[in-house]
Amino acid sequence: MTSVLAQLEIRERTDSCVADDGFCPDWIADNLDRYVDPFFEHVYLTLVAVAIGFAISFALALVAYRRRWLINPVTQVTGILYTIPSIAAFFLLLPLTGRGKTTALIALVSYVLLIIFRNVLTGLDNVPDEAKDAGRGMGLTDRQLLWRVEVPLAVPEIMAGLRIAVTTTVGLATLAFFAGAGGLGGQIFADITFRSNVVVAGGLAVLLAALLDGLILLVQRGITPWTRAVAAR
Amino acid sequence: MDGLSLEVPAGEICVLVGPSGCGKTTAMRMVNRMTDITAGDILLDGHSVRERRPAELRREIGYAIQQIGLFPHLSVAGNVATVPRLLGWPKERIRTRVDELLELVSLDPHETRDRYPAQLSGGQRQRVGVARALAVDPPLMLMDEPFGAIDPINRERLQNEFLRLQREIRKTIVFVTHDIDEAIKMGDRIAVMQQGGKLAQYSPPAELLMYPEGRFVEDFVGADRALKRLALQRVRDVDLWKAPLVRVGEPVAEARAKVADSEVPYPLLVDGDGRPLGWLSEKAMLGERVERELRSNAEPVLELDDVLRDALSDLLQEEAQYGPVVDHRGQVTGVLSIEMLSHALRTDPDQVPHGADAAA
Repeated sequence: MTSVLAQLEIRERTDSCVADDGFCPDWIADNLDRYVDPFFEHVYLTLVAVAIGFAISFALALVAYRRRWLINPVTQVTGILYTIPSIAAFFLLLPLTGRGKTTALIALVSYVLLIIFRNVLTGLDNVPDEAKDAGRGMGLTDRQLLWRVEVPLAVPEIMAGLRIAVTTTVGLATLAFFAGAGGLGGQIFADITFRSNVVVAGGLAVLLAALLDGLILLVQRGITPWTRAVAAR
Repeated sequence: MDGLSLEVPAGEICVLVGPSGCGKTTAMRMVNRMTDITAGDILLDGHSVRERRPAELRREIGYAIQQIGLFPHLSVAGNVATVPRLLGWPKERIRTRVDELLELVSLDPHETRDRYPAQLSGGQRQRVGVARALAVDPPLMLMDEPFGAIDPINRERLQNEFLRLQREIRKTIVFVTHDIDEAIKMGDRIAVMQQGGKLAQYSPPAELLMYPEGRFVEDFVGADRALKRLALQRVRDVDLWKAPLVRVGEPVAEARAKVADSEVPYPLLVDGDGRPLGWLSEKAMLGERVERELRSNAEPVLELDDVLRDALSDLLQEEAQYGPVVDHRGQVTGVLSIEMLSHALRTDPDQVPHGADAAA
């Protein structure tokens, strides 16, 4: 494992700013292309993990919404997955799935399950009873009620869950290089004493989180115009 | 439910009324199988509801509930179109039907069509709820305290409006309420229910008020039965007094002649369109011509469709003896007085029309 943490030399210490581990705009401008590949690896890890996590937990929530007895076991299992430290998860998985993206994705996915599951379920539970009663009373079948009334009304909570999931995943994915999956974390740890490097790699992760968060918010506003409809008089 | 047996004639409003926990809502919900029927049966047009698939059955029965239950994420048009969409109507037909329905419930389609429920007032929401329940023109409607969440003044208006609408559409309606006054006003027939889903009495409102069967019904109807009978008559059913209408600038002599010719001792000032401005005192009649009096008012202004009970309550509220009555254009058509109301109290209830007929 020591090899993973070994400091790599990513700079020539000719420049005095660089030699002092400082924040060096010139060096950053010259070396930006180092960060392009790790950045896109990071985007890939985040999006794929959240997409898979969403698919699993959304399906689980829909099933548990109708079969209430499932809520507790699902919450407990996903809760345990949520509490396993992600670094530990990476190392635990290594013997099973080997180094690479699969291992990282499994750990990241297991981390978002609880967040999304709980939010979807809360969203569905918060649908007003009278809307459900009216829907059923007008002849919507259970399935129609779910897709035409309950899920659309749960969208704000579902999207809130997605936002939390995406931002935490961006953060956690900085550890994915321990599993050999690359990402911005690899770049940070490549030279953790050099301020310029840490600021750029870390800054890109923060930027990515903010970007994805804003994107989801934008989508949410687009598909839930009714949440902004306030009394006109 | 305990041996509840009712027959509702087509085109009538049957009100289920009773204290909370008497099973009136449950009884209503059995009709469209929102509550399961364990024993007995309900026949619609001679066919058992138990043989029908619940979802299909419900699409043929209008359904309006207390909190209205509009879908917050759908526009007014989307809400009203719920059942037509389930039945797969073509888009164009749905659009025309939605506008038609909104007009039917006195909403401007252009203004309300694209709004969300959160942007509507309580009264508007209630109207949208009724429009939605009427969407596919079901012969039968179930209404559970449809005016329950609305303030008293608007409730009175919406009730009147609904009775007028019912006169046009002639639906068979099962209407649930806990409010005996509302039951008397809305019902062609009233089923008084008591705890445990037992039917205490089933009769037209006038009969219920005149001959309550047993202690329970007597108590539930209340000691003010005579007063409640005023809810069975509307202002338009009464021979109104002629109003001494005067306009600003009219010769005082003419105005005095009009007052002398009327049972009302004061002249009523109206505007150019015949809308009431206020009762005039002697002061305004001192000169040659009638003048405007700043502090005079015409409150309460009554409408032809008001039931006498509401009219009486308005008069008492304003401590007035006389109230000008206006038609739907707001023009004065006569005057209603406390004296006339006390006369109406003595009228034989058998002579009295009820429900939608009273609004005719």
